[in-house]
Amino acid sequence: MEYETIAAISTPMGEGAIAIVRLSGSEAVEIADKLYKGSKPLENVDSHTIHYGHLIDPDTNELAEEVMVSVMRGPRTFTREDIVEINCHGGLVSVNRVLELVLRSGARLAEPGEFTKRAFLNGRIDLSQAEGVIDLIRAKTDRAMNVALNQMEGRLSSLISTLRRQLLETVAHVEVNIDYPEYDAEEMTQELLTNQLKEVEEEIRRILVTARQGKILREGLSTVIVGRPNVGKSSLLNSLVHENKAIVTDVPGTTRDVIEEYVNVRGVPLRLVDTAGIRETEDLVERIGVERSRERLKQADLILLVLNYNDELTHEDEQLFKAVEGMDVIVIVNKTDLEEKLDIEKVKQLANEHPVITTSLKNEQGVDELEQSISELFFEGAVESQDLTYVSNSRHIALLEQSRKTLADALSAIEAGMPVDMVQIDITRTWELLGEIIGDTVSESLIDQLFSQFCLGK
Amino acid sequence: MGYKADSYDVIVVGAGHAGVEAGLASARMGAKTLMLTLNLDSVAFMPCNPSVGGPAKGIVVREIDALGGEMARNIDKTHIQMRMLNTGKGPAVRALRAQADKVFYQSEMKKTLEEQDNLTLLQGMVEKLVVEDGVCTGVETKTGAQYEAKSVILTTGTFLRGRIILGDLSYESGPNNMQPSVNLSYHLQELGFDMVRFKTGTPPRVNNKSIDYSKTEIQPGDEKPRAFSYETTEFITDQLPCWLTYTGEETHKLINDNLHRSPMYSGMIEGTGPRYCPSIEDKIVRFNDKPRHQIFLEPEGRNTKEVYVQGLSTSLPEDLQRKILKTVPGLENVEMMRAGYAIEYDAIVPTQLWPSLETKTVKNLFTAGQLNGTSGYEEAAGQGIMAGINAARNAQDREPVILDRSQAYIGVLIDDLVTKGTNEPYRLLTSRAEYRLLLRHDNADLRLTEIGHEIGMIKEDRYSRFTAKKQLIEKEIKRLESVVIKPTEEVNEVLSNYGTDLKEAAHAANLIKRPEVSYEAIKQLTPADEEIPEDVAEQVEIQIKYKGYITKSLQQVERMKKMDEKKIPEDIDYAAINGLANEAKQKLHEVRPLSIGQASRVSGVNPADISILLVYIEQGKIAKIAK
Ligand SMILES: Cc1cc2nc3c(=O)[nH]c(=O)nc-3n(C[C@H](O)[C@H](O)[C@H](O)COP(=O)(O)OP(=O)(O)OC[C@H]3O[C@@H](n4cnc5c(N)ncnc54)[C@H](O)[C@@H]3O)c2cc1C
Ligand SMILES: Nc1nc2c(ncn2[C@@H]2O[C@H](COP(=O)(O)OP(=O)(O)OP(=O)(O)O)[C@@H](O)[C@H]2O)c(=O)[nH]1
Ligand SMILES: [Mg+2]
Repeated sequence: MEYETIAAISTPMGEGAIAIVRLSGSEAVEIADKLYKGSKPLENVDSHTIHYGHLIDPDTNELAEEVMVSVMRGPRTFTREDIVEINCHGGLVSVNRVLELVLRSGARLAEPGEFTKRAFLNGRIDLSQAEGVIDLIRAKTDRAMNVALNQMEGRLSSLISTLRRQLLETVAHVEVNIDYPEYDAEEMTQELLTNQLKEVEEEIRRILVTARQGKILREGLSTVIVGRPNVGKSSLLNSLVHENKAIVTDVPGTTRDVIEEYVNVRGVPLRLVDTAGIRETEDLVERIGVERSRERLKQADLILLVLNYNDELTHEDEQLFKAVEGMDVIVIVNKTDLEEKLDIEKVKQLANEHPVITTSLKNEQGVDELEQSISELFFEGAVESQDLTYVSNSRHIALLEQSRKTLADALSAIEAGMPVDMVQIDITRTWELLGEIIGDTVSESLIDQLFSQFCLGK
Repeated sequence: MGYKADSYDVIVVGAGHAGVEAGLASARMGAKTLMLTLNLDSVAFMPCNPSVGGPAKGIVVREIDALGGEMARNIDKTHIQMRMLNTGKGPAVRALRAQADKVFYQSEMKKTLEEQDNLTLLQGMVEKLVVEDGVCTGVETKTGAQYEAKSVILTTGTFLRGRIILGDLSYESGPNNMQPSVNLSYHLQELGFDMVRFKTGTPPRVNNKSIDYSKTEIQPGDEKPRAFSYETTEFITDQLPCWLTYTGEETHKLINDNLHRSPMYSGMIEGTGPRYCPSIEDKIVRFNDKPRHQIFLEPEGRNTKEVYVQGLSTSLPEDLQRKILKTVPGLENVEMMRAGYAIEYDAIVPTQLWPSLETKTVKNLFTAGQLNGTSGYEEAAGQGIMAGINAARNAQDREPVILDRSQAYIGVLIDDLVTKGTNEPYRLLTSRAEYRLLLRHDNADLRLTEIGHEIGMIKEDRYSRFTAKKQLIEKEIKRLESVVIKPTEEVNEVLSNYGTDLKEAAHAANLIKRPEVSYEAIKQLTPADEEIPEDVAEQVEIQIKYKGYITKSLQQVERMKKMDEKKIPEDIDYAAINGLANEAKQKLHEVRPLSIGQASRVSGVNPADISILLVYIEQGKIAKIAK
């Protein structure tokens, strides 16, 4: 059992009332024990038993999750290694938090197919199953790579890249002093170094804070559907979700409260919010709904403004355009299967530079164009999440945590008067950790940086 | 045509820095060795800067010494100045550099070769290898002599299809107008080797008597006597200084106005030059906002007035070189003795080598030095000694010695070359070593003497001195870890000299961990029972002070080792492994890594490919189907 202990969420994302985080490896029990509080430490429990308790965040000592933990010692396990399974409440936030705690306590995030791979390498699975493992690894990696690619274009990636560039310049500067001590490159002083590192540390801290508050994109880009009653808002939600989640009727004012759904539109995670149609109303319940809709509007990252093709533009519609001014908006003209009563030219004028998409949700027309438009907006960076960061999963958070820690090590080493080449070890490590987030750790780039930043040679 | 001449265990072709180490190592390991070179007057010739060592490179020199090589001892005998660099930084990046007396360096090295048992030094040009069924069995010279050998090492440097270029003048030549080696290059291509065209250059040399040193800054050597070799006991105290001056506006304008006359920009040069050795015209174009560039004036020896103008490497036409020199303060009336030039040459693509430096294409054939795409005397010598060791071991039917990345800069160098290849002349940098904290110049003996001894390069007397030193270090560290220092008045008086104090009793070792506390200070608080030599004290201090970082590095090394221990069968068929990405298949097929660790360092191979490879290898083990 020479391997590091690995961990991963082993239940499908977002499905089911209970989710499981699984650890495998020689330190599985030890790591779980760092977090677990129950009637006795897991170290002392029998193999193949399950225990009720809580996870405590070791950094804050706060109660984190209510859990059931099963302990299975190798070799009578799937991987033939010690396995711990932490059962927690289903739902993205809970399970991500558990995974994050486990990763922070010393487990490494499992690569795609890694549990199965270990099972195989430890002789648990026979030859005929091996081919399957390979397909698994390949398939999952390709998908992971797609996600990575998407994120490459995303906001987090550009933030991280900027930080890495800053670090690389700093490291190159340190390196040039080391490899070319007699050249007239400015000497990197402790003060200069401290300042540069503090800046990066501050930025990482900032990203982490937003991540902590849970306002992160793993919850989706906050997307609000607005429009007058009966224009087809709930229908729109249903077609994007590909299910009938919201009640659709021909009675205006059907949706009385805010309905939320998580969907993934062409790689863009959305927290889709259907609202009560905004109108002046006497109905108290409906009015509360309308109020909430207005509130939601303010917090949104993206607005889907729905109009009725079969109806003239009203004062309320124009009010809506005003209310979403300065936000990212896609205008949807629905019910094109019916007679044209809407002044499209006027709508385009009001929409200004925002895209206008025509749909007939009844006939399932125009949804493709809408999805296309959403993903374009996102990947071209037109939509700015108000939270600024797209920290999309626990792996990223864990890596960011580690980066912050190594950077803190570097800073305290400077303070302790350690020579700059020792400090550099931690800076380089930070750079690598950040690189793992965006899948780029090629070390040749340091040397490239060195020779483009400084003029060297005989 | 040809005639049968003698037969040997090992033949070394070339007597540059790679060749001399290879020949000496082979002979010292007991192999009957022949060394053939174009001209016996240019043994260990330095075609460029008269200096040895510096960051990373200086550590290689010490590694060569610890393995029983010659470069360190030779430069200790023949330098005109020595300096320790990076003294203000940590121990991992400190490095020695010497200015060499060029001609003296050569003659001393030649003498060592001549005196070496088992070694025959012979002038001659090798034009062909004798290869039967992919196995090299000897060489043939221009004069038709055929020499037989169990292993052959090529170290032909920058001579293969060498071409010198300055301005619009260009002609076939080896470095410094020596004759080039043309047929051998074509012969290697016929044997199936992939070759690349690289380029390098050198600055003009000037006469000392025509320099006005009053306009320059003096750069003296260290006062403290220094040496590369762990065995050197006699030090040169009479040193010569170097001098520092700068280019200026006038220099830059002159060059900018005449860029059209540079072969760099006219397209005459096809070879790839190294980024770290740009010519002055290159520097001025690429960094045009830099107002001045440093120029170091370095004497080429004690018995010559020739001075090397470091910083002015150029391939501009000769008339322009004269004018450029005169724009530099101190050189207004300078007499140029040799013009600078660029040289293009063929090198073999180094991914065609095994980590032993034996070629994959031809068995029993080894290559080392600039021929393998590197640049620099130390890089050449480091490969030379390994090629010499492994060629001799090959002739003796022994397994090759391969240094890994955590053992030596030489290991980093060779692993980089054979695993990643290089698209420009390769130079060692400390930043290429991921474990550089472990690869220090002060501990090269601790890292490698054991290996040197095991393979017969280090003799018993030296080895016993080494083990005594090692034991003393361990003993003293143990002692300091157990001795407790109390916060008495006397103690605090001593410590106040070092700008610190003691409030509570502490282990001596913990005190040393404070940045301001040296071994020197501790010695006053708790002297050892026996004399602790300076090099032992240095080790004790470094090993205690940086223990945290050293431990971290060692943990990383452990991880790498696990990967390196997983061997890949030599006959593996990457094309038949489904699931491997195409790029990975191709790269792995080309490099044919020996271990999973090496495979993971091949560029274009990602972690998923490595996982798949692992599964396949395990599968092969279980079912014996490795194809
Ligand atoms: C103009 C120039 C500038 C350079 N500048 C730099 C620099 O700035 N920095 C740096 O680090 N390095 C520089 N170098 C490189 C450095 O000089 C070399 O890396 C180093 O000398 C290589 O050593 P070597 O043993 O591989 O080859 P060499 O020292 O070139 O030795 C080759 C040997 O092979 C022999 N030989 C060649 N062909 C045959 C044959 N067919 N038969 C028999 N013998 C043969 C030659 O006689 C010679 O002894 C420069 C080299 C040149 C020429
Ligand atoms: N003809 C036609 N009818 C549609 C279309 N889209 C939705 N409808 C119908 O319009 C009616 C209202 O749809 P909903 O989706 O409930 O509208 P809403 O905007 O959510 O309405 P409230 O919740 O009441 O504000 C339903 O009867 C839908 O079937 C369309 O493209 N064409
Ligand atoms: Mg509705």
